[in-house]
Amino acid sequence: MLRLPNLFRLLALAALVAFLVQPQWFEPLLRPLVQENAPAIYNQGSLLQLTLLHLRTVAIATAGATVVALALAILVTRTSGAEFLPLSRSLVNIGQTFPPVAVLALAVPIFGFGEKPTLIALFLYGLLPIFENALTGLTTLPQSTMEAARGTGMTGRQRLLKIELPLAMPVILAGIRLSVVISLATATIGSTVAARTLGEVIIAGLQSNNLAFVVQGGLIVAVLAVLIHDALQAAERSLGSRMGR
Amino acid sequence: MIEIEGITKRYGETTVVRDVSLTIAPRTVTVIVGTSGSGKTTLLRMINRLVEPTSGTIRLDGEDNRSLPGYELRRRIGYAIQGHGLFPHRTVAQNIATVPTLLGWDRARIDAKVAELLTLFQLDPAAFGPRYPHELSGGQQQRVGVARALAAEPKVLLMDEPFGALDPIIRAKAQDDLLAIQKHFETTIVLVTHDMEEAFHLADRIAVMDKGEVVQYTTPAEMLVKPATGFVESLIGAGERPFRLLAIETVATAVEPGTAEGKAISSAVSQREALSTLLWSGRKALPVVGPDGVLIGKVSLDGLAQRAAGRS
Repeated sequence: MLRLPNLFRLLALAALVAFLVQPQWFEPLLRPLVQENAPAIYNQGSLLQLTLLHLRTVAIATAGATVVALALAILVTRTSGAEFLPLSRSLVNIGQTFPPVAVLALAVPIFGFGEKPTLIALFLYGLLPIFENALTGLTTLPQSTMEAARGTGMTGRQRLLKIELPLAMPVILAGIRLSVVISLATATIGSTVAARTLGEVIIAGLQSNNLAFVVQGGLIVAVLAVLIHDALQAAERSLGSRMGR
Repeated sequence: MIEIEGITKRYGETTVVRDVSLTIAPRTVTVIVGTSGSGKTTLLRMINRLVEPTSGTIRLDGEDNRSLPGYELRRRIGYAIQGHGLFPHRTVAQNIATVPTLLGWDRARIDAKVAELLTLFQLDPAAFGPRYPHELSGGQQQRVGVARALAAEPKVLLMDEPFGALDPIIRAKAQDDLLAIQKHFETTIVLVTHDMEEAFHLADRIAVMDKGEVVQYTTPAEMLVKPATGFVESLIGAGERPFRLLAIETVATAVEPGTAEGKAISSAVSQREALSTLLWSGRKALPVVGPDGVLIGKVSLDGLAQRAAGRS
């Protein structure tokens, strides 16, 4: 039995795929947003290809941020690494407070135009939610469970891999989810430095005063963000419910 | 055999355990009692080196417990704690299999052991093995916790308030089960509790700790008759003393020659229960039958009164 929210999600997904594959079907809907003679559907490249590139950029940046943030969180929650906690906290916080636009501006002279500056900006911006959530997850494990893990004779590494990470996983996933959603939206500004993302559509719309372009670029990003957010949340829930949370 | 010799644990300026020496005989149940902060849990955790002592040595069967890495030592020693400490993301079977898996037992041997233990703890392996801990009742979780501690057939089982989270009826059952299992596996059990009732029920010997020191280490009967200090006396509870004394021995040792009127009582029940039956039925004496159901004598109110006063 399909529940109502899932039905909406399925419809949204279907509409998104249809729009990406056959955008001209939606032309009548977008037509009222543009002046005579102006195109209502983005015509400077394939929307599907841009979407896939957009997703690829977000995926690479988030994967990098996850690896680094998780490694940092693991390091500072070991007794040997506890002294690095304040340092890594401030490093990660700097990544978050530094505006992505400023990162782009600084990175372009070094790495040139294209995808790289965007990846760096998204990577830095995505670190904090993952790091903070991983830290929370790893430091709020049930005391008796950790005691039992030591008592059964697990080594530090076995405790980390078999007990701590699996138990903290729902909270870590929540951090990754936040980071992905932020990155999906933020990636659009990468197109100001010629990264190939859905930002191209929005920027093209802004430059030619074409509201339809802006709306379709924005909507694709928004629908992607909502669907990915919900999918990751469902994964967290199924992990969590197994543990009786 | 566990030999604890001159063990001291200091955290900075505070001494938690001070120069404790105890010898624990194999295949016995030793209960460490004391108020919270008396150092009893710390002492227990130094046996499997969850806490490293500041000074002193602990030997297990003559072997210094520092002769192998801590994690390897702990795989050889069972450890059960209050609130069971089961791994919430692993099934009951996986939880019980924890130490055998760490030791690298093969699949068939692990499965057989898990099934054996679940059966022993009156949990159907097919029904309970695949469940997750949160799907179990408190009493069942506690049993799984003890089963996990026993999975690798340790000679020594350490228990830290294992029944603390259970309601009284389930707790009494769990204690009886533990004694049966202790006999079955011939495990040496060291158990920490603050519940004196539990201590007298389970212990072959009781160690009383106060402010980091062992103030008395002896059999329950001896402790009741000759408490070493005022602290031990207050821990026992002056008003409870005669009843505790009767509770630790069975009717078998109080049988007198002769016979009496009324419904017979088994020689296996505690003298306290016999006293209770006598008082409730208003009789002076009751006939006693042995395990085979044959009349072996009587138990009398006067006889029990003598014993309750510590003059047997």
